[in-house]
Amino acid sequence: MNIKELIKNKLTNNFPNYQIEFSEYLDEFCIKVNKENILEICSFLKNDEDLKFILSEDITAVDWATRKNRFTVVYHIYSLKNNFRLKIKSDVDESDCSIDSVTSVWGAANWQERECYDMYGIIFNHHPDLRRMYMPEEFEYYPLRKDFPLMGIPGSLPLPKK
Amino acid sequence: MEKLRKEDVNPKIVEALLRDTDITIDDALDNEMILNMGPQHPATHGVLRVLLRLDGETVMNAVPELGYLHRGYEKMAENMSYYEYIPHTDRLDYISPMANNVAWVMAVEKLAGIEVPVRAQYIRMMVAELARIASHLVAIGAFAMDVGALTVFLWTLREREKILDIWDILCGARFTNSYTRIGGVANDAQPDALAKVKWFIDQFDDNLTECEKLLNSNRIFIERLENIGILPAEVALDLGVTGPSLRASGVEFDLRRATPYLQYDKIDFNVITYTEGDSLARYFVRVDEMRESAKIVRQVLDKMPAGEIMANMPKKVLPKKTEIYTRMEELIHDFMIVNFGINPPVGEIYHAIEGSKGELGFYLVSKGEGHPWKCKIRSPSFNNLQALPYLVKGHMLSDVVAIIGSIDPIMGEADK
Repeated sequence: MNIKELIKNKLTNNFPNYQIEFSEYLDEFCIKVNKENILEICSFLKNDEDLKFILSEDITAVDWATRKNRFTVVYHIYSLKNNFRLKIKSDVDESDCSIDSVTSVWGAANWQERECYDMYGIIFNHHPDLRRMYMPEEFEYYPLRKDFPLMGIPGSLPLPKK
Repeated sequence: MEKLRKEDVNPKIVEALLRDTDITIDDALDNEMILNMGPQHPATHGVLRVLLRLDGETVMNAVPELGYLHRGYEKMAENMSYYEYIPHTDRLDYISPMANNVAWVMAVEKLAGIEVPVRAQYIRMMVAELARIASHLVAIGAFAMDVGALTVFLWTLREREKILDIWDILCGARFTNSYTRIGGVANDAQPDALAKVKWFIDQFDDNLTECEKLLNSNRIFIERLENIGILPAEVALDLGVTGPSLRASGVEFDLRRATPYLQYDKIDFNVITYTEGDSLARYFVRVDEMRESAKIVRQVLDKMPAGEIMANMPKKVLPKKTEIYTRMEELIHDFMIVNFGINPPVGEIYHAIEGSKGELGFYLVSKGEGHPWKCKIRSPSFNNLQALPYLVKGHMLSDVVAIIGSIDPIMGEADK
């Protein structure tokens, strides 16, 4: 059985009540889950004996600007055992701009989620250290949101003390 | 380095510093010291700021602060065409700009469905491996300098200088190359450039051995690094460390082998691993990898076929300058590509290559426009740096310098 079918079967058998969409684009396999289930599914994918997605490569978000679910949080995880990369997506709406943190599953998620929070303002619940990654702590905006202008906002960056 | 007062440090950073401590003191700042290392410090390889909580000279905790070189490259990518972004990738990992160029154009080609001629693929492999050699040379030289061996730095930079000369011939720029183009490379590799590469590879091994002789039996160097900053394999994977630092911990993970891209599946090379996982092992991995890269370049030179260096896809790939000046059709295509971009189909891809520091990936979302809707740079230095607090805990202050050198972060890439 190839790995894509294996993931499909395992997820549908283990989480029959969860809504999981499978898709593929240019040979990149992607699953889409509800944000309530993200932690459970991630820890399953990491700990399952046949899958072993032990490396969290990247966590980021996409701002769709006008869509109802404005943000999509995107995880790229890698299984060294199967040499396979999986994309996980989960929609987050602006009115409840938060998703569960997966720091307990992958330690690497710590900074990756911090960066995502810094750039998009998505709150990662139960994150141990949710600070800004690049911008100063006093900065009020989220630069990678589409409504943040490319030129920046004058006066938004505090100058250092003399 | 300077001693800080409590009010100089942001309360959230103080909180992070004082976390997971097993000593209970009413006000830790009265008994321990918080030391500010960087952002302007020669040993931090750029503008990395590390706040250290010290008990005497022992590091109790460390909090790296990033962002001093944040230029917003992901935001800029959303506002410029795919072609325009190529020079900006030079400024990510500025020690091996060629590898970044290759990674970016490969991601765009995957998104736009462009097939690259074989000769261009071989040229890309050649420059990516030379970039790896250049990067590791700087890494080792700076690393040795951090622990007190200055001569090695001069010698490795002398070798790197030869690679910069090759790049000078190949693309006319020594440092910020912007050599690759979407669909191929900017110029064909001229015979004199290839001859120079051949010459470089032939003399490289001896010169590297010379550099090694200064270090491998140097007691000060060994004792400063052995058993310093041990990174067990499972911790390394958990923290997302990739590249030489991961392979020094005994994990055989190399994207050139795991997910072969370009023509790496036709090349014979070893993935270097060491099991110790300490700073010394990370040094050895880099040295051995340079030899493997030289081996790859040698094979690339043998196998490189003649032929085109740009794909023939007029709507996606910029035509040659001479044709633009003489032919109407090409002029139109050039106008359309420069003004409106290459408009890849709607979709999203992630493509990663094995850069010199680790997995260098680009996540691109296209809405069918001339510029990406979203560009995410998965930079190896950023993820490798995350292991720093784990590595320095319990070591002496002077070891922090050695450990930062051994994981070889480039802040241009970590801060984007």
